[in-house]
Amino acid sequence: MGVVKGDQMILNIGPQHPSTHGVLRLEVMTDGEIVSQIRPHLGYLHRCFEKHSENVTYEQVIPFTDRCDYLASMNSNFGYVVAMEDLMEIKIPERVEYIRVIMAELNRIASHLLALGVYGLDIGAFTPFLYMLRDRERILDMFEYTCGARLLYNYMWVGGVSHDLPKDFETICTDFLDYFEPQINEYNNLLSYNKIFVERTADVGVIPADVAISYGVSGPNLRASGVKWDVRKDEPYSIYEKFDFDTPTGTAEFGTLGDCYDRYWVRMLEIEESVKILRQALKEVPSGDVHQSLPKKIRPPKGSIYRRTESPRGDLGYYIVSDGTPIPSRVKMRSPAFTALSCLDEVSRGWMISDVIAILGSLDIVLGEIDR
Amino acid sequence: MKIVEIKEVIMDQFPGSVIESEELSESQVELKPDQWFEIATFMKEDPNLSFDQLECITGIDLGEEASLQTRYNFHSMEHRHKVEILISHDRKDPKVASIEKIWRIGDWFERETYDMFGIIYEGHRDLRRILCPDDWEGWPLRKDYEGQELYHGIVIPKMKEEDGWE
Repeated sequence: MGVVKGDQMILNIGPQHPSTHGVLRLEVMTDGEIVSQIRPHLGYLHRCFEKHSENVTYEQVIPFTDRCDYLASMNSNFGYVVAMEDLMEIKIPERVEYIRVIMAELNRIASHLLALGVYGLDIGAFTPFLYMLRDRERILDMFEYTCGARLLYNYMWVGGVSHDLPKDFETICTDFLDYFEPQINEYNNLLSYNKIFVERTADVGVIPADVAISYGVSGPNLRASGVKWDVRKDEPYSIYEKFDFDTPTGTAEFGTLGDCYDRYWVRMLEIEESVKILRQALKEVPSGDVHQSLPKKIRPPKGSIYRRTESPRGDLGYYIVSDGTPIPSRVKMRSPAFTALSCLDEVSRGWMISDVIAILGSLDIVLGEIDR
Repeated sequence: MKIVEIKEVIMDQFPGSVIESEELSESQVELKPDQWFEIATFMKEDPNLSFDQLECITGIDLGEEASLQTRYNFHSMEHRHKVEILISHDRKDPKVASIEKIWRIGDWFERETYDMFGIIYEGHRDLRRILCPDDWEGWPLRKDYEGQELYHGIVIPKMKEEDGWE
């Protein structure tokens, strides 16, 4: 941290602090109320995901991926199975692809709802959080109805999914979407156009596009800086090509392009896009057996693969190295929250301590995924 | 640009830097570590390549006798092409130039690889452990890693081959 001079002071935020979204410690050098440097200390939640993966079989890695990003487990599963299927060159039934997309998009909505709600909480708005969690609960109920788990699903398997959709899932999901869509308007009235919220977030913590790319910031955070980049559109995987949806980018609605408000707003717009995808997907789910292409033995050929998918937090990449045995030689997870957090130091310099909380919240980090 | 063309551009600019090998997949290019910093700068700044996004850095241990490797995945937002660069290191003295000054995310990615494999990135401004505690011993993701028995007086459980955890 260097030498502390004159009016400078080192302030310690976390590891146990609600606004650090988990166990993250920030060593903040302040000059009065102004932040001059931040040093994040990670690793409090390090559970050796990559080391464990080298000691279990390929299918046993999937539950570990659940626990990395515990707010969007479906998307974590999805990234891993997409990489594995590309490595093994398995073709999977169309029904499975549709089910996966439906689950991933539902989980994206759930994750964004929590992110937005908790962001309001960080800023000091308690009510929107309760509204958003109420609706997230209904998504979790649907997951529970489908696969029995509410948060850690182990739902997507290499070559298929663990359970077929229940018979009345389509009705339940459509009912939910009909109920949910007008709710977005309610969130906007509660939080998005709230003057106090806008004053706290607009113009704060601007990330210019080139800085964002250099720091590897991805997903909604990158799009908020005005870069139209979405892995679902630009490097399509699964069946995302079939759906018609937009890639919302930052609009500088109230402040500068790439500020905290833009990052919040892009997530809100993305929820609407996910609803669009879900409506299209639910109409067209083909029939079929979800277990028919599950491989008896998972033994990929020698080689390595890097695949990325779009998780709610950004580009989630898996680097898998196979040596021809049923146990992976190396599994590396490129976590989007890890890269997003790395830019905190540069972005927060010159802002007040309370703004650091606003910036950190707007990046939507999950410590389980950062520390792995 | 295709991988073959990208490879040719690098070969023209830095003769003798590319290692030809049949084991590589279509998207991979193996380089000698000597001129890595110059090549990386060139890859970022050349208008035809312009790899502005460093997607991922992965450290790999190729087995107890073999060497360590760092693999870099690059992507260009402008041209929408990608490449994977492999650089091998000597196991006894794994060293390579740091690219943290070119892509800022290289900072944390290199710290992570250093933390797990003990590969030294020369020129990195703040090469510390990132996920493990600062005073942890050994490099956990190396294949020959044996964990320490005690950490500040806390017994560290070991995995047995047959019965799982002790």
